[in-house]
Amino acid sequence: MTMTASPTMRTTFNKLLDEIGTVDQVGIEERVAKFQTRSIKKGSKLWGLKTAVSMVDLTTLEGKDTPGKVASLCQKARRPSFDPDVPPVAAVCIYPFLVRHAARWLADTAIKVASVATAFPSGQSPLALRLEEVKTAVSDGADEIDMVINRGLFLAGEFKAVQDEISAVVDACGDAQLKVILEVSELDTYDNIRAASFLAMQVIRPGDFIKTSTGKASGSATLANTQVMIEAIRDFYLATGIAIGMKPAGGIRTAKQALHYLVAVKETLGDAWLNSTRYRFGASSLLNDLLRQIEKEKTGAYQAPYYFTESAESY
Amino acid sequence: MARIPVTKTPKVYVGGQFIRSESGRVFPVREAGSGKREAGLLGNIPQCTRKDLRNAVEAAAKAGPDWAHRTPYNRGQIIYRLAEMLESRSGEIAESLVISGAATKAGATKEVSASVDRLIYYAGWSDKYEQVLGNTNPVAGPFFNFTVAEPMGIVGIIADDAAPLLGLLSQIAPVIVAGNTCVCLASQEFPYPAIVLGELLAVSDLPGGVVNILTGFRKELVPTFATHTHIRGLNAIVNQEEKKQLQLGAAESIKRVRARKRDDEFDWSDAHSQSVYEIRDFIEFKTTWHPIGA
Repeated sequence: MTMTASPTMRTTFNKLLDEIGTVDQVGIEERVAKFQTRSIKKGSKLWGLKTAVSMVDLTTLEGKDTPGKVASLCQKARRPSFDPDVPPVAAVCIYPFLVRHAARWLADTAIKVASVATAFPSGQSPLALRLEEVKTAVSDGADEIDMVINRGLFLAGEFKAVQDEISAVVDACGDAQLKVILEVSELDTYDNIRAASFLAMQVIRPGDFIKTSTGKASGSATLANTQVMIEAIRDFYLATGIAIGMKPAGGIRTAKQALHYLVAVKETLGDAWLNSTRYRFGASSLLNDLLRQIEKEKTGAYQAPYYFTESAESY
Repeated sequence: MARIPVTKTPKVYVGGQFIRSESGRVFPVREAGSGKREAGLLGNIPQCTRKDLRNAVEAAAKAGPDWAHRTPYNRGQIIYRLAEMLESRSGEIAESLVISGAATKAGATKEVSASVDRLIYYAGWSDKYEQVLGNTNPVAGPFFNFTVAEPMGIVGIIADDAAPLLGLLSQIAPVIVAGNTCVCLASQEFPYPAIVLGELLAVSDLPGGVVNILTGFRKELVPTFATHTHIRGLNAIVNQEEKKQLQLGAAESIKRVRARKRDDEFDWSDAHSQSVYEIRDFIEFKTTWHPIGA
């Protein structure tokens, strides 16, 4: 049983949708199904795989993360493969407590230190504490902050409050880049995802990102919900001239999936978004599969996964 | 009114499921003695590609750890029961040999019986080969030193056209009894008995993915068997040229090759074609030094 929305929510929501337009669910799903049928041949595939590597936010977000694990992750980020042709990743994404360790390991590189903050993944703690967490992460050396929106407020129809919180985080970030996590699986509908995307884009700065998921909820990035978001980015850009970045996260594990996402970017936003300043993958195991497929493209031989994994499986 | 016959769509058994080739390609196989007559079509057999092989290797890798961690006794039970299933459906599978033209009626019956016996033979070895092949080694120091047998991982099997059932099972059984999983390429000339064998494996207690059977053309798949680095060993019946191809590819990916030449004309029903050394070919030995308590 669903609770009926309060009259105020309906009006604010409808007003917002009148402004930004709704999502055609059937259209979106048919569109993304097509992205999976593109035939990408040798040279383009290799380019796509290497581009995807350069867009990876190499992530570890576990309770058992240690400074040692972050150190080895940073080494992997700097030099993902012995093949000099393979670029470093875009960023390392970790919990705030570990930022200073990562900052030390990445000081002499262009690789960014990204930190989740604002009581990730739920966001359910007082705003003052969340802002303090952001400031601490930035002063410890974070170049990028991944915040979560307050889904409770959004679903209650308190859009202004959602935006005010995001604005407060923008201020707390200082020079650090911001990525706003919508946690799409908790937003239930494509219309909600589009609405939340616009609410965030209206208050963040050019060059900031919107991001699908925390990777901690039951659902995560899919081609469809990412498509809703990049179409929102496109429409926002056409209306205002402000370019916002996109980061799908969670559930992207294979190189094949990554190529499908890149096809979607290419065909929706164009080449200007096909680089790590405007597009990122939030992933932990994706990098291994990308390296594996690059090696396969180069040697022609299918590769065993354990050659590319830190925690090698024996089988 | 005459009933329209219901014919079977032959599918390959991979990862515990019956699948078509990802390419959608098939090749026709005709009944023995039917020539080119349309009525003699036995079935359109999946013409598997290197991508199908890659997927089968993924399935074998997924099934591997569970299979390797089962007790040898349990693996023996499962292979023994597979023999029981084969015995109870011996008519059907003998018919598949006859209709393919791989054997005469008498020859088929003999081949199925020999296949059942072969499975039972290797089932019996399941909890014994480690005693025979492993060892405690004498060393000059206060250590226990022992050598134990461990599975290699995924083994590629390329089957013979002679004895398409017995040959295939004689290659599979010693590989899986030790905790390996396998990806097989069935006889190119007589693939149908392997299709029926897949249907048998599906109802046995063997976990899905432990044995994966592909059908298709050797010239399309042998190079990928050779170079796929996740395949740790090859148990293959090949010609001279294929043997060279396997050895070159295996050198690059450092895998073990047991290649027997198909023109050597060996007899699969011969007692010499079964032995504990067939198991030894696909295990890794691990030697451990353990200090003796003072």
